Formats: sequence, C-alpha cells, structure tokens
Amino acid sequence: MPIQYYIYLSLALFCIGIAGVLTRRNAIIIFMSVELMLNAVNLLLVAFSKMHHAVATAVDKVNNVGTDGQIFVFFVMVVAAAEVSVGLAIIVMMYRNAHSVDVNFLNRLKN
Amino acid sequence: MSQLVYLVPLLPLAGFLINGLLRKSLSKQAVSIIGCGVILIAFLISLGLFFQVKANGPIIQTYFNFIDIKGLNIPFSFQVDALSVLFMLIITGVGFLIHVYSTSYMHEESTPHFARYFSFLNLFVFSMLLLVMGGNYLILFLGWEGVGLCSYLLIGYWFKNTDYNYAAKKAFIMNRIGDVGFLLGIFWLVAKLGTLTYGNVFAAAGNLSAVDVTGITILLFIGATGKSAQIPLYTWLPDAMAGPTPVSALIHAATMVTAGVYMIARSNILYSMSAVTENVIAIIGIATVLLAATIAIKQNDIKKVLAYSTVSQLGYMFLGLGVGAYNGAVFHVMTHAFFKALLFLGAGSVIHAMGNEQDIRKMGGLRKYMPVTHITFLLGCLAISGIPPFSGFFSKDEILAAAYAKNPVLWVLGVAGAALTAFYMFRLYATTFLGSFRGTHDQEHHLHESPGAITLPLIALAILSLIGGWIGIPAVMIPDANAFHHFLQPVITTEAIAEMPHATEWLLMAVSVAVAVIAILIALGKFTKRPELNEPQGLGGFLAHKWYIDELYDAVIVNPLNALAGFFKNIIEKSGIDGIVNGVGRFILYSSRQVRLVQSGQVGSYILFMVLAIIVLVLIWINDGYIYTYLSKIF
Repeated sequence: MPIQYYIYLSLALFCIGIAGVLTRRNAIIIFMSVELMLNAVNLLLVAFSKMHHAVATAVDKVNNVGTDGQIFVFFVMVVAAAEVSVGLAIIVMMYRNAHSVDVNFLNRLKN
Repeated sequence: MSQLVYLVPLLPLAGFLINGLLRKSLSKQAVSIIGCGVILIAFLISLGLFFQVKANGPIIQTYFNFIDIKGLNIPFSFQVDALSVLFMLIITGVGFLIHVYSTSYMHEESTPHFARYFSFLNLFVFSMLLLVMGGNYLILFLGWEGVGLCSYLLIGYWFKNTDYNYAAKKAFIMNRIGDVGFLLGIFWLVAKLGTLTYGNVFAAAGNLSAVDVTGITILLFIGATGKSAQIPLYTWLPDAMAGPTPVSALIHAATMVTAGVYMIARSNILYSMSAVTENVIAIIGIATVLLAATIAIKQNDIKKVLAYSTVSQLGYMFLGLGVGAYNGAVFHVMTHAFFKALLFLGAGSVIHAMGNEQDIRKMGGLRKYMPVTHITFLLGCLAISGIPPFSGFFSKDEILAAAYAKNPVLWVLGVAGAALTAFYMFRLYATTFLGSFRGTHDQEHHLHESPGAITLPLIALAILSLIGGWIGIPAVMIPDANAFHHFLQPVITTEAIAEMPHATEWLLMAVSVAVAVIAILIALGKFTKRPELNEPQGLGGFLAHKWYIDELYDAVIVNPLNALAGFFKNIIEKSGIDGIVNGVGRFILYSSRQVRLVQSGQVGSYILFMVLAIIVLVLIWINDGYIYTYLSKIF
C-alpha cells in the first residue's frame, strides 16, 4: 500500500485533533483530541518505519534494521499514558473546585 | 627680592581661600584684617620689586611648564618689568585703600556675606595681578578671564535682586564676546609664531606679514573693547554700577577696565607695526570719549555719571594708544586710577550718608554736612577735568598733544571731550554738594561725615590725585623731568611722536585748560542755583536715554536672538523633538494597551495562536527559498 494513504490518514487525524482542541471547551474532549494528535503522529512513525525497514533490509541483512520509529512509538505511548494520568487527575481536581470541566473556567488566575 | 615675586599674586589668592572657605566661622574683624593684610603685604613686596626693577631691570621668573606639547611650549612665568610693576603698584596700592574703605562701607552686611565680599575682592586682585605679571599671553588670558569672573561675582553680589543679576550677566556676556576675539588673536599668534612668551613674540614680530599683524592686533583689540568698555561693547560698564560702590571704584574704574590698555601697551611692538589697527583704535577711542561724555551730561544717578565718565576716560586712553602715545595712555591709566577711585569712593561716602540714595536730584548742599568728602571730591573733579597742577592735566595733555601731532581733528574732538568732561563733572559736583538740600527731613537728620576708614582712603587718593601727575611733567615745562617716560623706556620702545615747537605745545595746553575752565564756570553757574530736576526733553532726553544704544542692541541683536530661541524652544523643541519623544511614548502606551488584549486568559485562543504560528512557520520553512530570493531583491 503506498505511503501516501498513511500520510493522508495521519494528516486527517491530526487536523481533527487540532480542530477538537481549538473548538471544544470540555477538558476531557480536549484531552481526547490531544490523544488523537499523538496517535496520528504514532501512525506516521510506524508507517515510515515500516517503509524504511523494507528498504534497509535490502542493504543490510540484520533483522531489526530501520525499526527505530516503531520502538519510538512505544515511548510516545508510555509518555502519553503518564500524561493522561496526570491530566485526568488535574481534571478531577478542577471538577471538585469548579464543578465543571469547562476550560474557560481556568482563567481564574487572571487579574 | 626677586624670589618673592610669586608671593604677590599668591597672597591675595590665600586671602580669597581663607575668607571664602572660613566665611561662616571668621569674625568681621578677622576677615577685614586678612582681606586688607594680604593686599598690604603684596603692595609692600611690589614696592620692593619696583625699586629693584628701577635699579636692575626686568625680572623674569619661570616656575614650571604650563603647556608642553610638540611645537608649543608655554611656561608658567612671571615677567616683572617697568610696565607690570607700575600696574602692580596701582592694583595693590589703590586696591588696598579700597579694601580699607570696604571694611566700613560693607559693615552692615551679615558676617558670611561680608567674608564672601572680601574673598571675591581678593580673588579679583589675584586675577588682576596674574594678568599684569604673566610672562606670556596665556597667563595674561588666565587673569583676563579671572577678572571677568570676579566682575560677574561682585556686580551680582546682592544676588537677591534680579536686576543686579541681569547686570552681572550682561557684564559677563559682553566680556565673553570680546574674549572670543582675544582668544582668536592668541591662536593666530600661536599658529604663526609658535610661542606666546612676550620676549619671543616681540623678537619674532618682524617675520609676520602685514595681514597677520593687522589681524592679530585687531582681534586682541576686540578683546580690549570688551574688557575696557569701548564702543561697541561698552554697555556693560554703566550697568555694572549694580555692584557695591567700592567694587565700582576698584574694578570698573581703577583696575580691571585698564586691562585692555595694559595689553595693548604691552604689545606696543605689534601695534606700532599696523597703521590700520592704530587708526581703528584712535577712531574708536575718540568716538567712545564723545559718546560717553554726552551721555554723562544727562545722567542723574551719581554712579552712572561716574560710570560714563570712566568709559569716556578709557576712550582717552585708547585714543592715546591709537596715536602711538603709549606712555601717555599708561600715564592716564595711573592718574585715572587715582582720581576715579577717589570719585567713586566719594560717591560711595555720599550714598552711605544719604541712606542709599543715588539720585543727585535729591541731594544738594552736602558741602556743609560732609566737609572731607566734599573737599576730596572737588579735588577729584578738578583732576579729571584736567586743571593744572592736578594729575589728570598732565596725562590728558600728553595724549592730546600726541593726538594733535597725528591729526589736529583728533585734538579738536579730544578737547571737546575734555570740555564735556569738565562740564558733567561740575554739574555733578554742583548738584550734589552746592545749593540747598533737596532730600527728605529724615535724610537731612541722618546726614553725617563718614568714619575714618572711609575718609582716610579718600584723603590718600586725593593727595595722589593732586601730586600723581608730577612724575610725568612734559619736557616743555621742565626739560628731562619726565620720570615716567624714562621708567617705561625699556618696555615701550616704539613711542614715535612727532616733535613740535614749544610754542605750539604751550598753546595746545592753554586752549584745553581754558576750555575746561570755561566749561566748569558754565556748569557751576548753571547748576548751583537751578539744578535740573525735571526729566530732560528733546536732545537732552535722547542723551538721558544713552542714545538709545541699549534699545538698539535689544532690537538688533537681543530680540532677534530671543525670537530665534523662542522659535527653537516652542516650535522645534516642543512640537518637534518633544513631539517625537512623547509620540514614541504614546505609541508604546497605545500599542501595549491593544496587544494586552491578546493575553485574554482564554486557553483556546492561546492554542489558536500557537497553531496559527506553527502554520506560518511551516509555510516559511517550505518557501524559504522564494523568500530568500525575494528579500535579496529588495535589499
């Protein structure tokens, strides 16, 4: 399958994520949109890595040559998971204080 | 004795420092003793130096290198020769008498101001001594500036009076205008000769071209017109009467204003090389004589009359310098120092007795209340009018004789000036001392003769005014009796006055004395019984308003300058420069108020900006090649 399809899909996912972050006020949905962007990047990483692996094995007969991108995705997932846990904790605290998860209530530090 | 040369200026400097720095802690008595004492010692040393110079010739003392750069070496040196020792005697001698006089005259001042007054007076004497003792033009210039500064300080001594401050500023600025010319003359000398030491300059003067000599002497003369109150820079001197009366006597009559005469007499070798400059000086001199004398006729302020008389007498000195009678000019400096200091101090005594009244229309009949002041003042008037055997006769006669030898027209004008001098002096005398008293009862009650500290200097100066001229008796009266010429011989080497028959000389003297006597009789007859009490009309009003010269200067120079300054201040400064500065400030304020709105606290808008910025950056990154070529086309 040509690499372009992966790129288009990933671009679409990323734009949906941006649109979600920009337009939504609900903190949980913004969070989900951020995850969507992360996963768009992950998808791209895996796709490029796969393509790179196919080319690299033709030159070098080592099994795992050119698979760095796929490994990097795991790191992204781990960090994202950690981030989600912290982020959700913040949202819980926010809900307790403001009785809402609307990010527009987060401007209390202003003035 | 020659080892003590440096003490002569150093003592007044020390007096200035002590009185100036300790003015809060010294008593008036201590200040008086220090102030007068240093001048007295300086006078005694000068006297010793006088006899040494008379016996052994000039003393030149070099102390250190003042300026030592490639191509120019100016030592800090004093040159005490016949000319400078004469001026030193006048400065310290007359200066001492005026210091003594001041101890009584200024006694009502509070102690710190009293000490400030004496410190300035000492600083003035120091500067003046530096001026006449300096061995080169630069030291002379230091003293030249110093006396200008002291003049400013002392005219503005009563600094709470705004008018006096304006008078002080006027004196300073007028002097500065002249000083610019003087400084340019010095630069020209350095550029052409590479030295400023008198001996070297005069020795090398022959190498100068005619243009150089004329340029240098004219520029130096411009400096002299400022300091010695000649046309066109004389207007500061009458206004300088704002200072205390002894200051007027010391600075604006006896010493500082003679600095220009000293400088030109010192440079007589240069001046005698340029006929153009000599003619300019003679014409300016005689014009100043007549202008100031006509103004003096209609002044009613006792000090203003004397001030214009000073300007007029300085004009005589410059007339003498212009016609080559350097001896006569210096002689007149000396006699003028005696009788003008006497007249000013006498006027001060009158002002003191009248309770600070200076208008002669409110005086009259003071003869019987103040006998000593009256007699000494009368002697001063006779001396300045040129009545033999008073000192003024000999010096004025010498100048007039030289003027006749040069050009009889100058002599006629000079005699006319002498007649005017006699007329206005005896108008002043008659209005002040003769007739009946016209002041208030209160003033009449308080009229009294001044104390000894005031009358003793008056008596001393009156004696000097009487006999001071006898050292310069012309050869036509007693052959070889002119000690003055003989003494100045080594310095004034270029005196060239055509010999004339003795009969002519006697005739000239007789005419000038007769004219002066007639003028005196007219003045006495006119003003003793019926003094001028009304405001003068017509021509008299024109003279009373000083030919409207001040108004002319205001209209031609001061007001245009003020208008220009106002234009720069209101238009260029306020709208232009301030506009730019304030505009920048206002723009920053306005734009920051607008940009502040971006920081709304809305998380969504922050993210939007971030995304937009990323998009822009990505677009730039993709198209950087195009952007680069586009920019390189512009710049």
